[in-house]
Amino acid sequence: MKNTRLAGAVPWLQLILFIMLLAFITISAGMGYIRISFAEVLKIVLSKITGNSNLLNGLDNVFPYVVLEVRLPRILTSAIVGAGLSLAGVVFQGILLNPLADPYTLGISAGAAFGASIALLFNFSMLSIYTTPLFAFLGAIATLIAVLLISSFDRQTSSNNLILAGIIVAAILSAGVSFIKYVADEQVAIIIFWLMGSFASKTWTDVLLTMVFVSLGASICFFFARDLNVMSLGDRSASSLGIATNRVRIILLVTASLITASCVSVSGIIGFVGLVVPHLMRFLTGPDNKTLLPASALMGAILLLIADTITRAVLPAEIPIGVLTALIGGPFFCFIFRKHRMMRAYG
Amino acid sequence: MDKTTVFTLNDVSFSYGNVPVLKHLSLEIIKSRFYGIVGPNGCGKTTMLDLMAGIREPQQGTIAYKGKNLKEYGKRELAKNIALVPQDFYINFPFTVEEIIFMGRHPYIPRFGSPSPEDVEIVKHTMELMEIEEFSDKYVTELSGGEKQRVVFARAFAQDTPVLILDEGTSNMDIRHTLKVLNITKSSVKSGHKTVIAAMHDLNLAAEFCDYLIFMKEGRIISQGHIDDVLTEDNIRKVFEVEAKVYFDSFSGARHVVFRTNERARGLSGRIGSGEEKLKGRKSLQ
Repeated sequence: MKNTRLAGAVPWLQLILFIMLLAFITISAGMGYIRISFAEVLKIVLSKITGNSNLLNGLDNVFPYVVLEVRLPRILTSAIVGAGLSLAGVVFQGILLNPLADPYTLGISAGAAFGASIALLFNFSMLSIYTTPLFAFLGAIATLIAVLLISSFDRQTSSNNLILAGIIVAAILSAGVSFIKYVADEQVAIIIFWLMGSFASKTWTDVLLTMVFVSLGASICFFFARDLNVMSLGDRSASSLGIATNRVRIILLVTASLITASCVSVSGIIGFVGLVVPHLMRFLTGPDNKTLLPASALMGAILLLIADTITRAVLPAEIPIGVLTALIGGPFFCFIFRKHRMMRAYG
Repeated sequence: MDKTTVFTLNDVSFSYGNVPVLKHLSLEIIKSRFYGIVGPNGCGKTTMLDLMAGIREPQQGTIAYKGKNLKEYGKRELAKNIALVPQDFYINFPFTVEEIIFMGRHPYIPRFGSPSPEDVEIVKHTMELMEIEEFSDKYVTELSGGEKQRVVFARAFAQDTPVLILDEGTSNMDIRHTLKVLNITKSSVKSGHKTVIAAMHDLNLAAEFCDYLIFMKEGRIISQGHIDDVLTEDNIRKVFEVEAKVYFDSFSGARHVVFRTNERARGLSGRIGSGEEKLKGRKSLQ
């Protein structure tokens, strides 16, 4: 029984996922209230890239604006956030040696929620529309620092301590968020909507911000991919194989948390992607992080992009993306999980 | 005989928080010998091995490896010199057995490089030697405890280091594989390729494979020396607080230790009473 893995086909899988991602971006950019064909979207994008306005001949004047200024920023943000959350999920599961870990295990989401709630409650607006994201980001970072301080003794951190500290801090902050909602009066709806996540009216600035964090973070994660593999042998073995386990753990935790914080601050709290995608891809590529990381990033981008397109262009009314990912992702994951178990039991 | 010193521990102390675990240890490990470390649970064996493997640093005293302080070695350099088979061998993710053995070559493979033909050859050879090639593409998460331990052992062997540290490295293997693995280890010691330091619980296994024994108790070395000199009834009583008889066994060609349990000692003198007690016990159950 040589399992569910694709083994030699893994490089092909990544290529296929990459092509799929590009295709879905183009298709999705044509979907919505105004229908724009695949070819027309390609023409608009190409004319923008090459600066050749002849390609736009015969197109409605509104189309380029709709595609370039309205839809693409939103589509790209959702793809980048999907990639970021999935990457962070792989790293958290790998470092905490716990399949239940996800990007929010250390309380990053609770911290971001608390930060955002405060900004919304007091109507802070010194940075116009970027005030809430900034507060969310600061909340996430403060939480990360608190969790790291609580969980380390003698400059050592263990995964159990990290998870425990994360749960405690998240519980405190969730109570804080509940309290803010309780006293928020008319702002409560805004807070709830923010918490459920959305990619509505994202701009190129959002794309750029998440892109910087996610791509820098991804490079750092790829750099340590093999160390992360060896660390699944346990600390003592990894250390005797020449890995500075404590240093690598802290670097990767901070990196994955920064990726998560940047994603959460632009999109709100989107669950399930960071938990499901790493598992899904591990079935296909195996646990080797050199291939698991890029494959998960691509799959996460595709899935969140599809989910966002469904809520934006397919459903009659937009429902919060966080709700949708859990509604689709949950049962889907149960299905995959059962199937995988059965194959291993009877295969 | 080559008498190069591999490790020199000089007045080494270590504590977890304020619980002292090792107290002023001094020790010399000589090249191409098989050392056994024995002692009761919690006597500091694992901590001492961790210090020698460079996983922890002593709070007091110094450890030198080949004449140079262990601290001055880079992690990767150390990994090419010292391999460790840990006590626990829980692996969380479904890597295949072959992938795990390849991790033993980690210190030799450049960060973004792939394994060289030499790495591939060593991995293949190790899997054959350890008789694990038949399940080389199985998930390590699906193996039994003993099989997993053989994989972990092979992983350390593939690291191809002059020093091998075993922390109860065979505790879960069946007797055939225990002997097999220790025989392979022993022959690499005899051929001058390896120095082995092994924490062991089974005194008879230690007697058969080790050249030198180190008795530890409560963070101190009680006795050390050639196995024929230190594996004595006296030392076993001092360290383990059990009664034992040590004799030369011609079948194994080594010293052999047998123990007398208190239960049996009592049973010998009061065999008549035991039947009655059993009956009583049964009645009280009804």
